[in-house]
Amino acid sequence: MATGFNLHRFANPGRFLRLAGAVLPWLTAGAAILFVVGIYFALIGSPPDYQQGDTVRIMYIHVPSAWMAMMGYGLLGAAGASALIWRHPLADVASEAIAPVGAGFTFVALVTGSLWGKPTWGTYWVWDARLTSFLVLFFLYVGHIALTHAFDDRQRGRRSAAIIAIVGLINLPIIKYSVDWWNTLHQSESILRMDGPTIDASMLRPLFIMIAAFTLHFFAVVMTRMKAMLLEARHRSAAFAR
Amino acid sequence: MTSALGTRFFEMGGDAAFVWPAYGVAALMLVAFALLSWRRLRAAERALERVAESDPAMSDDA
Repeated sequence: MATGFNLHRFANPGRFLRLAGAVLPWLTAGAAILFVVGIYFALIGSPPDYQQGDTVRIMYIHVPSAWMAMMGYGLLGAAGASALIWRHPLADVASEAIAPVGAGFTFVALVTGSLWGKPTWGTYWVWDARLTSFLVLFFLYVGHIALTHAFDDRQRGRRSAAIIAIVGLINLPIIKYSVDWWNTLHQSESILRMDGPTIDASMLRPLFIMIAAFTLHFFAVVMTRMKAMLLEARHRSAAFAR
Repeated sequence: MTSALGTRFFEMGGDAAFVWPAYGVAALMLVAFALLSWRRLRAAERALERVAESDPAMSDDA
C-alpha cells in the first residue's frame, strides 16, 4: 500500500519500539497533567449533586474505569482477531499487555460502583443486568489471562485466549444496552445519548478530564508493557543464540 | 476557618467512608500499573544492555 496511513507499518516490532519510545513520554506527561487537573475538579472544583451529595465524586473515577474496561476489551477482541486471521506479529503481545490492565480497570469499576451503590441504592450489589454483565466482563478478562498461561505450548494458549476474546465481544453491546433492554437498578445512559448528556456542565468537565487522563494512562501502561515484552523476547533470542 | 474547610473536605458531606475508599482503590490500581510496567521495562532494558555489553553485535537496534 503506497498511499495513506498504513497501520501495518507498525507490525514490525522494531518500528513499534521506536514509535513507543517517541510517544511514551508524551502519553505519560499528558496523563500526569490531566490527573492533577482532573482530581482538582473532581474533589474540589465541582459542586456536590443535589440528590447524591458528595458521592457523585465517585462517578469521576467509576465512569472512566468502566469506559477503559470496555475499550480494553474491544481492543483485546480486535487483537485476538488480528492474531487469528492476519497473524499480526504484535497482536499476541498486545493481547497479553492489555488483558491485565483491562481486568484492573474492570475491578476498579466494580468496586467504585459498589461503593457508590451503598449510599445511593442502599446496597453494595444487586444482580441486575448491567452489574452482572460487567462482572461477566471481569471473568472474561480473568479467563483470557488464565488461558494465555494455561498451556506449555504458549502459542496454543494464545490461540485459545484469542478465541475467548473474540467470543466475549458479544458482551460489550449487552453491557452498553443492558440498561435499555432490561429493568435495571443502574441508571440509564447519561453521557452518550442522542439528545446530548443529561449531566450538568460543572460535572461534565471533571468527568471528561478524568476520562482523558484514564485513556492516556491506559495507553501509556499498555505500550510500556508491550515494549517490555518485545525487549524480553529479544533478550530470550539473544540468550538462546549464545 | 482553614481547618473547618479541611474537615468538611475530608468528611465529604458524611460520605467519606464511600468516597475515599473508592479513590484509594483507583489510585492504588493506577499507580501499581504505572510502576510495575515501568519496572518491567527497565529490567528488560538492563538485561539487553548486559547482553549488548558482552556481545557488541547484539546492540544493533533493528
